[in-house]
Amino acid sequence: MNEPGPNVLTGRIAEPAASEFPALKLRYRVLDASTHRSPKYLRKQLKHISNRMVGERAINLRREPIAHAYRVFFRHIGLDPDETPTPVESVLAERLRAGRFASAGILVDALTIAIVESGVALRAFDTQAIEGELWIRVASQGERLGDGRGEPELPDGAIVIADQHKAIAPIFGDPADRALPSRSTSRVALCAIEVAGVPQIASEEALWKCATLIEQTLE
Amino acid sequence: MSELTLAPPLRISTGIDEAAARRTLRAQIAKLERELAELFTRAYPRKGFDWSVASRSGPRLLGLQELEELRDDLAGRVEDVRHELRGRNQVEQANIRLIDRMVADPASYRWVQVSADDVGARGCKYWHSLPKLGIVGMLMGWWRVKISSGCP
Repeated sequence: MNEPGPNVLTGRIAEPAASEFPALKLRYRVLDASTHRSPKYLRKQLKHISNRMVGERAINLRREPIAHAYRVFFRHIGLDPDETPTPVESVLAERLRAGRFASAGILVDALTIAIVESGVALRAFDTQAIEGELWIRVASQGERLGDGRGEPELPDGAIVIADQHKAIAPIFGDPADRALPSRSTSRVALCAIEVAGVPQIASEEALWKCATLIEQTLE
Repeated sequence: MSELTLAPPLRISTGIDEAAARRTLRAQIAKLERELAELFTRAYPRKGFDWSVASRSGPRLLGLQELEELRDDLAGRVEDVRHELRGRNQVEQANIRLIDRMVADPASYRWVQVSADDVGARGCKYWHSLPKLGIVGMLMGWWRVKISSGCP
């Protein structure tokens, strides 16, 4: 197995998820970030990819290797990708619905650009809600997301992204409220979820692209 | 007479390797998902297909039975879509032949109209057998196939 790139951490995959999905990997970077209004050049870049993404790509997307790999993984974990779209399909569906990629702040814009260009599933969590390293595990019976207050009970066998003490988010789905980046977020954990059929280089490039876009806004 | 001693009964293990079975099922699901994706792109721009395969309240680890049910549902959906697409293809081919006949002999297909949808194509184009010069063409038997210029 290749060593991850600089600054990229690899989260542990706990049993039984590891043996069921040997290719499943969690790669992440922790970096300063902001959710404030995007600078002009980032909005321009968003507009540029908006113009490149046409309906034809959306139709053929599910035949692209990386998008297809996520659709298959969604099936394997009990999600219908037509009901709960994969990250890249979700972003493209929004582009077709709105007619463009509307700017939604630095973090979301950077994630959108990196997801569309790479096809890799990227997520960001506010580090204020994270204690220790991130990993993927199966939730214990009756477990809830975050500190559990106001969060629904996770289904039996739910696959979650967790820190050392609690579940932060389902592997695909809305995170605990505190982990959701907000106006007060100053640092995020940027995660790439790698599944069978997604090359390591693609997920690392997606992380690099997204991190670079965010870091440029901080200079 | 010496006492007959029986050998211990042969134990036959009937336990199956569930992990291997789940791996096989996942490979089958991946193959069926690919087939469904191929059908999706082939079916475009036709509308009215049902692509849904019920979710299993994920994201979570699925058991052997759930994976089997999912595989069966996907296989059923692939078969349904393939059957529907084959049926539509036949109708569309018949409509394409109808257009050829209309163009060759418009007077025999008076007022017949075939749309792009009817031949599985995109857009609002249609072929319509109409009389030339309105009422004069009707009286004189001057018919032609008018091809619309597309969407307004």
